[in-house]
Amino acid sequence: MTSLPLIIALAWRNLWRNKRRTAVILFAMALGVWAMIVTAAFMRGMALQVLDDTIDNLTGHIQIHNNNYLDDPVIENSFKTNKAIESALQHTDIINWSNRIRVPAVISSERDTSGLVLVGIDPEREADLSFLKSSISEGQYFSGADDKGIIIGKKLAENLETRLGKRVVVITQNTRNEISDRGFRITGIYDTPTEGMETGFVFMTRRSAETLIGVANLSSEIAIITRSLEHVDPVIKALKSDLPDLDIQSWQTIQPFTQLIVEMYGDFQYIWHLIVFLAMSFGIINTLLMTIFERSREFGLFQALGLKPRFILMQVWIESMFMLAIALIIGNLVSWLTVLSTGDGIDVSAFAKGMEMAQLSNIIPFIIISEDLFLANSIVIVLGMLTGLYPAWRASRLVPANAITRV
Amino acid sequence: MSTNWRFAWRNIWRHPRRTILTMLAIAFGSALLVFSIGFQLGQYDLMIKGSVSIYQGLIQVQKDGYLDEPKMRNSIENIQSVTQKIRESTGINSIAARANGFALVSSQQRSYGTLITGVEPDFEKDVSIIPGTVKQGHYLSSDEANEIIIGKSLAKNIKAEIGDELTIMGSGRDGSIAATILPVVGIYESGSRELDRNLIQIPLKTFQKIFTMGTHGHSIVFYHDDIKQEPLFMSQISSAVADQKNLVTLSWDQVQPGVKQMIELDYSSGWFMYVVLIMVITFSILNTFLMSVLERTREFGIMLALGYKPFNIGKLVMLEALLLTLFALAFGTLIGLAINLYYAKYGLTFEGMEEIASMYNMPSTLYPQISLESTLLGPLIIFIFTLLSALYPAMKIRKLQPVEAMRKI
Repeated sequence: MTSLPLIIALAWRNLWRNKRRTAVILFAMALGVWAMIVTAAFMRGMALQVLDDTIDNLTGHIQIHNNNYLDDPVIENSFKTNKAIESALQHTDIINWSNRIRVPAVISSERDTSGLVLVGIDPEREADLSFLKSSISEGQYFSGADDKGIIIGKKLAENLETRLGKRVVVITQNTRNEISDRGFRITGIYDTPTEGMETGFVFMTRRSAETLIGVANLSSEIAIITRSLEHVDPVIKALKSDLPDLDIQSWQTIQPFTQLIVEMYGDFQYIWHLIVFLAMSFGIINTLLMTIFERSREFGLFQALGLKPRFILMQVWIESMFMLAIALIIGNLVSWLTVLSTGDGIDVSAFAKGMEMAQLSNIIPFIIISEDLFLANSIVIVLGMLTGLYPAWRASRLVPANAITRV
Repeated sequence: MSTNWRFAWRNIWRHPRRTILTMLAIAFGSALLVFSIGFQLGQYDLMIKGSVSIYQGLIQVQKDGYLDEPKMRNSIENIQSVTQKIRESTGINSIAARANGFALVSSQQRSYGTLITGVEPDFEKDVSIIPGTVKQGHYLSSDEANEIIIGKSLAKNIKAEIGDELTIMGSGRDGSIAATILPVVGIYESGSRELDRNLIQIPLKTFQKIFTMGTHGHSIVFYHDDIKQEPLFMSQISSAVADQKNLVTLSWDQVQPGVKQMIELDYSSGWFMYVVLIMVITFSILNTFLMSVLERTREFGIMLALGYKPFNIGKLVMLEALLLTLFALAFGTLIGLAINLYYAKYGLTFEGMEEIASMYNMPSTLYPQISLESTLLGPLIIFIFTLLSALYPAMKIRKLQPVEAMRKI
């Protein structure tokens, strides 16, 4: 039995017999690996961005509502914040929560009128939970629970031809189905990447909203942030048993589209990896077959000298493994450099409106996560090992006498 | 010449397995490209059609500035007579005037803010699908009827039914309060929940009365089935309104830049992947071409010694690559086309498609586009890349010296 180190040494030397050919196929394979990882990083960047934005844009990880609210989002379908709820929210994996009043409303400036969602928030709790505080571009965030101002989006201010310091009238329906309206001074303007957000939501303190609607201590929703996405399901389970009368939903069910996008990118990755690998595999097989063809005399000689076909099979297969390993190292390294060189991401603001329709912002980061890296590499390794078997098997099947006589 | 072709043909079949593998790589690439480009373009057609046919139309005439600042005051005077004039001078009938505003709509129990549009009921049915999707009751009956139609989602939210009276409140063109009460005569279901919740329609003259618009309106909307005809209609309509001051004629992609940009973004990211894939394939087959030249060094030496010009041998090598590529491309393209033809007939749908589709105003079944572009563009790019890769080995032949070459094994 021939020793393994010898086979390995032979395989390594054989690999570099024809440097140019090896370089060409290595380039093709490394390019394929690069394409897999960089595309995965881009998709992951998009998916995580959509996810982050969704969670940040008032969704949070978990939301609590009255059972009828999601179907019919009006003030009647709200709930009282009581001790039971507050103690349930003491759960150790909940790092932040905020209760809101959220009702459809109409806002009117001297110039124009628009329909949107009015959100009454608890300034202190909301600050760390959603985008609002960090997105204020003019004026300021609410100073406290008694702040009487209103914060509106930049695009909405443009549409209504109004500005910081001006008054707007907010009209909504109170619990007795009557219209109630009240003037508010604009104390802050927020700026987000998506215009839909800016024109769709205005914010005031819970106290202002309660006065406007004529209620006290009511919440339309409670948004919750947990320690991490993995904690969402266990926390929901705990909350459901503590608060059986309320509707407790995860971000996935509240924003099914986001969930769908995240899943779709995952599926697409698999397909893309397989396609790229298939494209490479033809080249791998062809190149290996060529080297075998050239060396068929040599293999015949080996066999005539008494080496087992298994030895030849191993040798060719290990040669292909070396190819695979080098291509993977180069591919991974270059991908890593590519991602590093893009910094914060690539700027696609030329397609701003399109990105907004797809719920994306204008800079897409490349994000490499270990799962994606593992997926790409393991697909190449597993399929590459299988692909290498065919030429190796053919090499081992050469009939010595024929092979030697072949020129 | 014919000797050369036969030469080339026989040469590529010297190593049948290698040739077939190389052809398979090319065929795989071209089949995949035909398939995906076909579906991409098909999907874009549906996206455009969806966003154009539901409500926004193919072409809109607006007051200059209305697109950026859709305010009530940016309006067109005598909008109905301007529209009638376009109909008369161009012979186009699928064009209708609209006025847009915003109102708080209240039923007995609920209030909701929505967009409200004044339309010409007789013409509206030719420019948007909304009149045709009225599932309960009927569409608006005339220009000045006191009627309102609302979407299904809104009806559910404000708990309104046919016959219920709705209070409309908003501000008029002159800034005054606009308010009236109108009975619901129809409930429509456009397929887009968003639209169903956010758009209600009333007759144009009624709108003008409520919102103190006089004879004004905001947009003249034109629709036609065939999106490719847009430039033709564009020139007709814009010349028909040329004598009107401050009017602009806008195409669908100006009215809805998001759709166009999303398509462009998707297409360019698609092409990034295609080019990478084509390059992987090119480098995989570069080896085949390279080897087929290198292993024949001795043979080429003899040919040179017999008086062949290096240029002719190079031509022979290119011819081989050309034959191989063309056969493979034809094979792959036919497979891709066959797949697309199958799906063009039966459609392709997959899990989760429905939610995504409704987001972009698309039906949930995809059909590939069968066109010259969708079928030949991908293979053409592969063809160029493959020939480039064959050029490198062919160039090497020019450096061959007969005597040295013949000594090579």
